[in-house]
Amino acid sequence: MRTFEYLRPATLQEALGSLSGLANSKPMAGGMTLIPAMKMRLSTPARLVDLGGLEELRGIRVDAAAVTVGASSTHESVANSALVRAAIPALCEVAGGIGDPQVRNRGTLGGSIANNDPAADYPAALLGLDAQVLTTRRTLSAAEFFVGLFDTALGDGELITAVRFPVPAAAAYEKFKSPASRYAMVGVFAARTAGGVRVAVTGAGAGVFRAGVIEAALEEKFSVDALTSLRFPSDGLNTDIHADAQYCAHLVGVLARRAVARILYVGRR
Amino acid sequence: MTSSTGIGASLLRKEDQRFLMGRGNYVSDIKRPGMTMGAFLRSPHAHARILAIRSDAALAMPGVLAVLTGEDLRADGVGGLPCAWPVTGKGGAPTKEPTHPPLAQDKVRHVGDPVAFIIAESLLQARNAAEAVEVDYEALPAVGGVLEAIKPGAPAVFEDIPDNVCVDWELGDKAATDAAFQGAAHVARISLVNNRLVGNPMEPRAAIGEYDSSREHYTLWTTSQFPHIVKLLMGNFVLGIAQHKLRVVSPDVGGGFGVKQFHYAEEALVTWGSRRVGRPVKWVAERSEGFISDAHGRDHVTEAEMALSEDGHFLGLRVRTIANMGGYLSTFGPNIPTNLYGPLLAGVYTTPAIYCEVKAVFTNTVPVDAYRGAGRPEATFVLERLVDVAAAELGIDRAEIRRRNMIPPGAYPYQTPVMMEYDSGDPGGCLAKALLKADWDGFAQRKGQSAARGKLRGIGLCTYVEACGLAPSRIAASLGVRGGLFESAAVRVHPTGEVTVLMGSHNHGQGHETTFAQIASELLGIPADKVEIVFGDTDRVQFGLGTYGSRSLAVGGSALVKATNKVITKGKKIAAHMFEAAEADIEFKDGSFTVAGTDRHKPFAEIALSAHFPVNFPLETLEPGLEEQAFYDPVNFTFPCGAHIAELEIDPETGTVELLSYIAVDDIGTVINPMIVEGQIVGGIVQGIGQALYEDCIYDQESGQLLSGSFMDYCLPRADNFPLISVETNITACTHNPLGSKGCGELGTIGSPATVINAVVDALSHLGVNHVDMPATPNRLWRIIANAGAAPVVP
Repeated sequence: MRTFEYLRPATLQEALGSLSGLANSKPMAGGMTLIPAMKMRLSTPARLVDLGGLEELRGIRVDAAAVTVGASSTHESVANSALVRAAIPALCEVAGGIGDPQVRNRGTLGGSIANNDPAADYPAALLGLDAQVLTTRRTLSAAEFFVGLFDTALGDGELITAVRFPVPAAAAYEKFKSPASRYAMVGVFAARTAGGVRVAVTGAGAGVFRAGVIEAALEEKFSVDALTSLRFPSDGLNTDIHADAQYCAHLVGVLARRAVARILYVGRR
Repeated sequence: MTSSTGIGASLLRKEDQRFLMGRGNYVSDIKRPGMTMGAFLRSPHAHARILAIRSDAALAMPGVLAVLTGEDLRADGVGGLPCAWPVTGKGGAPTKEPTHPPLAQDKVRHVGDPVAFIIAESLLQARNAAEAVEVDYEALPAVGGVLEAIKPGAPAVFEDIPDNVCVDWELGDKAATDAAFQGAAHVARISLVNNRLVGNPMEPRAAIGEYDSSREHYTLWTTSQFPHIVKLLMGNFVLGIAQHKLRVVSPDVGGGFGVKQFHYAEEALVTWGSRRVGRPVKWVAERSEGFISDAHGRDHVTEAEMALSEDGHFLGLRVRTIANMGGYLSTFGPNIPTNLYGPLLAGVYTTPAIYCEVKAVFTNTVPVDAYRGAGRPEATFVLERLVDVAAAELGIDRAEIRRRNMIPPGAYPYQTPVMMEYDSGDPGGCLAKALLKADWDGFAQRKGQSAARGKLRGIGLCTYVEACGLAPSRIAASLGVRGGLFESAAVRVHPTGEVTVLMGSHNHGQGHETTFAQIASELLGIPADKVEIVFGDTDRVQFGLGTYGSRSLAVGGSALVKATNKVITKGKKIAAHMFEAAEADIEFKDGSFTVAGTDRHKPFAEIALSAHFPVNFPLETLEPGLEEQAFYDPVNFTFPCGAHIAELEIDPETGTVELLSYIAVDDIGTVINPMIVEGQIVGGIVQGIGQALYEDCIYDQESGQLLSGSFMDYCLPRADNFPLISVETNITACTHNPLGSKGCGELGTIGSPATVINAVVDALSHLGVNHVDMPATPNRLWRIIANAGAAPVVP
């Protein structure tokens, strides 16, 4: 780690001022990725603006149409929220399965999606539920927000304030963990939403994406059988020392079937 | 047992008090007055020529005291890191021992090879300066694996060793083995890889060097399993420091697994650097630095074949192995895949003819050396996989083929055709017990139940022997070691009867402070809490060889028995004087010296007091004091053996293995503390299963870049990967040491890889699979299943 200036503003306005006040300033949410990267000198901000003190980014609100989660909500707080569980239990599962208890108690929703790790869990939930990302400047759909590998549509000095998850008819998340990192080697979030069946895949590619062929098959018939003979294409999927593209593609199919089975036979939402 | 804290008691570990309170004293906890911090600039290249190093900018940075390079080592006449155990190859050819400079000179030979050592007031300053050192490299083609290294025209790691072969070694009777194959009814064959591992002890390596100019004296604190050997190797071969001017201290050390039993460059550099800057210098490895600077383990490619009779008797075994040495020779490098490997191919069987060839080769990777088990897991894996292949091909039950070839109980001592004479053992008894415990015969029913749930169930078995208790110096010397392998103990009795024991072995997690106290408690009839164990300081402890090779109890414990017996003998002399009786009439039992046949007795503490108040001692025949020292050199290795059984399920959809049960029955000789032994065995098994299912150190074969250089990619197993492990013993005593103990530290890593892979292969046997390389990852197993055309199971 190199030396850096550390600020912990009390208001969103102050935070935005601190970020624009010095070149190479970085906002920090839970710091679960940023701090290790700084320790390894892969990230060397001159100024770190800790968002942990901002009241405006906190809180979870639920209405009939949507669950709105403040950007600095920890994974643990989402996983254990009775409100969220009543509305979108799959979201609690996603949050409760991230990392380990230490990470879940520090890491936040905003931090996770701003980092957009290609193996992170939350991006699958956002894309699968067609969530909206609320920032200090605008509202973006998940599809607009996630641009690519560790890349988002966020501009300089733009902060995520909350994420609005429309309540689906039903949803489930199935994750196959990489044995080493326990990140998603492949994660599949499937949902029956007002806009149709949505199936989002994380871990397998350069970033979260929708599995169109699976969605189409499920639109025709929402059943495990609809996917049994489907072979998900491996084009463009990852090959690394843990998994080759064919295996990732195979896992997409397996996890999609398991997610559908859970929606149909285990939980309604 | 004369005391409730003696041999056989499951005493809670004495040392855990300080560890659990966070009061351990590790090298990184130590702060010396005026201490500076060191950081390394390490090579990003696997193989490159160093054209220039420019350190002016770094030297000008705040707080920077020195930027040291290989040229500075040359100027100061600093030597290379020595190899302590070369071996003799075919036709008497010596091991090639190229110089291993502590900082790279002219060339770098692996990613992580240290290029410059930066010393500054603070760690931050040292790291910043390391980034400012400019190195011009001319990148060279690299070799990342052994098969690439032996190809004609492969890049040479050392220019004067164009074929990259360090030593081409053989063992056994080639002609007799060839003859056995010619007459054989069946030949079973296997090709396999023994995957490369990174040891990853919980505490990374660390070192502090301190030069005292007023005494011309050096002190090195280091995370070592054998401080006396570091003192000898570093002082004598690298830095030219006289032994009486050098002290090496290894305080609390957080795990070793072999990784910390080598003399490393960093130890020499902090010591030398301290003299250069005139202040103490500390270095603590980062975890990611450990991945590219700790010696790695295993890394073999092997072809083996077994000749059998029609009824499944083993007639001959032929093994050809290529073993990776890495970019330089580490301290014991060449010994591991040769002397600690070839002799173990006999296993617990009566195979009459064995021939083994091992080519140890250089590659552009981190040096490879001993890692828990060291050679013996590799041998066991080859043999026990081959036995399963043979059993399957001949249609013989896997337990039965092992029983049919096992050394019978009455045949000990048993001379194998490959060097070793086993003194004792009951592998058959271990096997019988394990089969019963595992309900081997009921497996078919359980397999059916798993199949009904869409799972592939497998059961695997392995019997093993290991040679440990390193080592009889006479035999070891004939195998090339450059030094003795005895162990030492000193027993210092205080005037008030408490005892301090100074051990030459080193405790870094094994529970020695408890185990050795229990031995002293047993022999002296005093509670274990009246015994303090001291280790790890060359100024306090007499010479010692350290801890590795499951030797501390069998060799060090025997030295302790010898020294304690000397104390008792001296005590008898004192008691005889006090009772005015003949020395021959004094008996010592239950902590009391008694005149035989009388009720006249004095407790141990009273004799201890008398030894220190020698008022009426006949000084010509009886010296004051009560302190004795002993050195013990074993007459043979010890040979723990056992049988392990694993049962598991594979999810054919994902290739995931779930271990359902693991049963170990081991013959380890006399057990001092059953609880500690269970912990050692479970820990070893877990590490071995790590190799079988999870761990893999992967280098890019062409670039030599390490692809699994952090825990994000190197899969260290976690507690939730394991079922409860059942540990039982089936003891025969070692016949040649006073405790009858054999050792238990490494057997888990020796038995478990073959056990688990045999179970994986069993689960897939219906697909025609006869081998699966380690680690048996989900991707690897899924591909095997998919290629075999098995129908996917649908939930």
